[in-house]
Amino acid sequence: MNTKNSFSRFLSKFYVYILLLLLYAPILVLIIFSFTPSRLIGNWSGFSLSLYGALFKDKEIMQAFANTFLVAVSSAVVSTVIGTFGAIGIFYSKKRTKAIMDAVGNIPVMNAEIVTALSLTILFVFAGIKFNFLTLLIGHVVLTIPFVVLSVRPKLMQMDPNIYEAALDLGATPSKALRKIVIPEIMPGVFSGFILSITLSLDDYIITAFTRNTAFQTLSTYVYGVTSKKGSLPPSLRALTTVITLIALIILIIVNINSSDKKEENKR
Amino acid sequence: MTENSIIELKNVSKHYDSTNVVDNFNLKIKKGEFVTFLGPSGCGKTTTLRMIAGFELPDEGQILLNGEDISYLPPYKRPVNTVFQKYALFPHLDVYDNIAFGLKLKKVSDGDKMRRLTTDEIDEKVRNALKIVDLEEYEWRNISTLSGGQQQRIAIARAIVNEPEILLLDEPLGALDLKMRKDMQLELKEMHKKLGITFIYVTHDQEEALTLSDTVVVMKDGMIQQIGSPEEIYNEPENAFVANFIGESNIYSGTIAGEKKVRFINHVFDCVDEFPKNEKVDVVIRPEDVRLKKDDDESLVKGKIVSKIFKGIHYEYILMVGRNEIVVVDTKDREVGKTYGLQIKPDGIHIMKKELHTNTYTDAYIDKNNKVVISDAAFDCDITKLVKGSRLEEDGTVTGPDGTSYDFTDADVIAEIGLTDIEILDYVEDATVSGTIVSIIYKGDHYQLTIRTEQDEDFVLDTEYTYDENDVVGLKVKAKDISLKLKGEAKKYAKK
Amino acid sequence: MRKSSIFSRKVLAVPYAVFLLLFVVVPLVLIIVYAFTDSDGGFTINNFTSFFSEAHNINTLLISVLIGFLNTFICLLIGYPVAMLLAKKELGFGKATVLLFVMPMWINFVLRTAATRDLLFNIGLNGGEHPYIATMIGMVYNYLPFVILPLYTTMTKLDKSLLEASYDLGANKVQTFVRTLLPMTMPGIISASTMVFMPTMSSFVISDVMGERKISLIGNSIQLYFDQGLWHMGSLVALIMLVLMSVTAFFDDSGEENARGGLW
Repeated sequence: MNTKNSFSRFLSKFYVYILLLLLYAPILVLIIFSFTPSRLIGNWSGFSLSLYGALFKDKEIMQAFANTFLVAVSSAVVSTVIGTFGAIGIFYSKKRTKAIMDAVGNIPVMNAEIVTALSLTILFVFAGIKFNFLTLLIGHVVLTIPFVVLSVRPKLMQMDPNIYEAALDLGATPSKALRKIVIPEIMPGVFSGFILSITLSLDDYIITAFTRNTAFQTLSTYVYGVTSKKGSLPPSLRALTTVITLIALIILIIVNINSSDKKEENKR
Repeated sequence: MTENSIIELKNVSKHYDSTNVVDNFNLKIKKGEFVTFLGPSGCGKTTTLRMIAGFELPDEGQILLNGEDISYLPPYKRPVNTVFQKYALFPHLDVYDNIAFGLKLKKVSDGDKMRRLTTDEIDEKVRNALKIVDLEEYEWRNISTLSGGQQQRIAIARAIVNEPEILLLDEPLGALDLKMRKDMQLELKEMHKKLGITFIYVTHDQEEALTLSDTVVVMKDGMIQQIGSPEEIYNEPENAFVANFIGESNIYSGTIAGEKKVRFINHVFDCVDEFPKNEKVDVVIRPEDVRLKKDDDESLVKGKIVSKIFKGIHYEYILMVGRNEIVVVDTKDREVGKTYGLQIKPDGIHIMKKELHTNTYTDAYIDKNNKVVISDAAFDCDITKLVKGSRLEEDGTVTGPDGTSYDFTDADVIAEIGLTDIEILDYVEDATVSGTIVSIIYKGDHYQLTIRTEQDEDFVLDTEYTYDENDVVGLKVKAKDISLKLKGEAKKYAKK
Repeated sequence: MRKSSIFSRKVLAVPYAVFLLLFVVVPLVLIIVYAFTDSDGGFTINNFTSFFSEAHNINTLLISVLIGFLNTFICLLIGYPVAMLLAKKELGFGKATVLLFVMPMWINFVLRTAATRDLLFNIGLNGGEHPYIATMIGMVYNYLPFVILPLYTTMTKLDKSLLEASYDLGANKVQTFVRTLLPMTMPGIISASTMVFMPTMSSFVISDVMGERKISLIGNSIQLYFDQGLWHMGSLVALIMLVLMSVTAFFDDSGEENARGGLW
């Protein structure tokens, strides 16, 4: 019984970890071969950090890298602010308003990204708006804002409905009650909405490709451009992958420490 | 303006969609009083409290605080604090910050300037409040680590620390277990005495209301049923609903048999209330007001014990008097099956004007099939009742005795149906209209049910069968049992 | 009147509502209008007839739907057990393991896809020679996280005692799975499917990169019209996809918002 149990336990863990390994294989390969100067992966020509040197000197890639983060962070901030207030407002609205707003808010989630992208392009063309950073930002906010609302809503539902009233009762004005009581209470949801926005924005290609000014390169448009022309990935992108993975890992660790800290606190 | 009344509600009404949650509520509360709103769920007690707090606004009427209209003042400007049903403590703040929340926002006058409280002042007030609720040393505790009872105390401390003129308590003990509830009741009463401020308390627990309050306001369907001291409410209930809701009671239909005499359960009793002879009345008798005597006294009505329940300090007996049941409490151990004489002193017999003899529907009308429409349901009826001596023609018109022809399609009428004329059906399919049972009052040998339709119309009926509250039942009425009266004159409907 | 001025929290949703109106509703209306007009703005159904009169368009549509279904199915097949195992407390996978499945998204999917292609090429699978296999691998790689997350959220919220009750009532493991677990996790399955199906059939990047432009999916059609500035034809194809989306949305009316929301 015991051996059977521990065997199935081993099998379960093995399945999850082997899948993760497969999922990460392309990235791992890029990271490993970022330490060798060869032009193609699978061709180890000795350890070297030269690709990193090349990466930091490659103005085009560094610009695309910076642009990507600029779009991700600014769209996440806009989405989080509008989306959080939106979620609160919807939560206290009448059933009908709620149903309509939810249905419309769900469209970008369910819709094919290319349809969203095309519809926005047509809007901008129709309205005679030039494609610039703002149109790109709007595109990314459309992509991410429903996810902020979806992240915040469960926290609102878990909240004791009376605590807002309690704050008013104790003398807080509505805006104070919101700032001091409601927002801190739903903060975990707001935070996950923000991270989710960043994640979706970083991962995006289609919306970016449609709504940007063609002079504005992000990593995705840059990579798409070079891979469709030259075929295999330029070597310095391998070094970039290592850098991004490192950043992601650091953020993951910080998030984890933070949330486990909170759990500890609650146990006390 | 009334002297020493701190808060006054004047003709206050509140409705959601078309239902009246609070209906023409009038009440004056004296400074320092402990007032309880008592009633079943959905009676409007919490809504009334929330209007006093400022969370809801009245649709009609005024709320006056010290003579000033505060009906539309936002909650944060009212000198009133609330203890919520599920405490509503701020989970991300510790005990100290919860209690200090209101103090930190407060401004006090200092000479001719307004200033915020200093940290030391806040400190002292928080400590003091914690002392009052017996939770010193708990300042830095996290809310989630406290028991339900402790959270309750913190909620009270958080409210009273602001020194409100009125403390509102919305079923504050509802989430506690019985033992804890009893302890907290005593403490609340003690606190009320010590603080000297006005308490308005909401509960559905009649015992709690009687224990705590100076004044009890009994509510039903958004309307005040009775206002009085606990003693008055218990001893002199104004109607069968109050009597039934407060404590255990026997309720019967009776008839006034003469001066200070009332006939019920087939026997004439002496009573203290004066009513005109032959008036139909409700009679209420508390179980403890009935004495069981030996059955050899001929002047007493006889009853046979059919059930016995031991209740700790006394027994509860149910006796049959003819077809009527009567509940009696007695400390002596008696045998089931034995017959006793029942003695009820005149002042133990509470007589109330009968609430309802018939169901009256003032906004009924006749449809094109000559049926009467009540609550969106069409009932068969005899429309010749509308004109004396008339007869129904084949084409649906009515011909009067003088030969005038009437077409009553869309005529507005008043329809009346007797309480015993409504047939109750378990199968909704066979019924003319269906509804939910919203109240059941036992009247000795029958139940009086109130059935509410989806259109919010009530049908009251008497039945011998037992049903449960919230059962959905169907209703049917024979055509001959619906009496009709035209609104306005018949001439209007005469065909030229 | 005075009522609303006191404290209406609904007002907070106004910017969100305006944003949705301007950038979700209006663009969709424009798509519909463009699909049925010509470049002069006159009403026409020519876009419609010309799209469906060409066999390769219909082929593209069918292949897209097929690949969409296939990818959804494979992702569910692989992802469902993963979500189940991650949600099992006894196995001790933390939230961190769940996040590991999301983290690749931080490296843009074009880059990831290109890396996958290069890796496959290295181990002998040439995307140019086997475009369908390579494309499917790319699809599964990309959409697996979108299946695991909603399923994981649904499963962590499951009342475990229902499974115990099932065993208690004499059901074996297979019966319990089919009769209890599967129906209970249906909202998560539906939600996961909607997250995969539409994006798969509309994605043109993965098929482009992995299949070396040997496969054309419906997304490619839109992109092609977009590149050529043929807004009206593009809108028509987009409208077809909108209709398909409405169909999937119809199945996903479970209100399963948490399944997608609470990732962190």
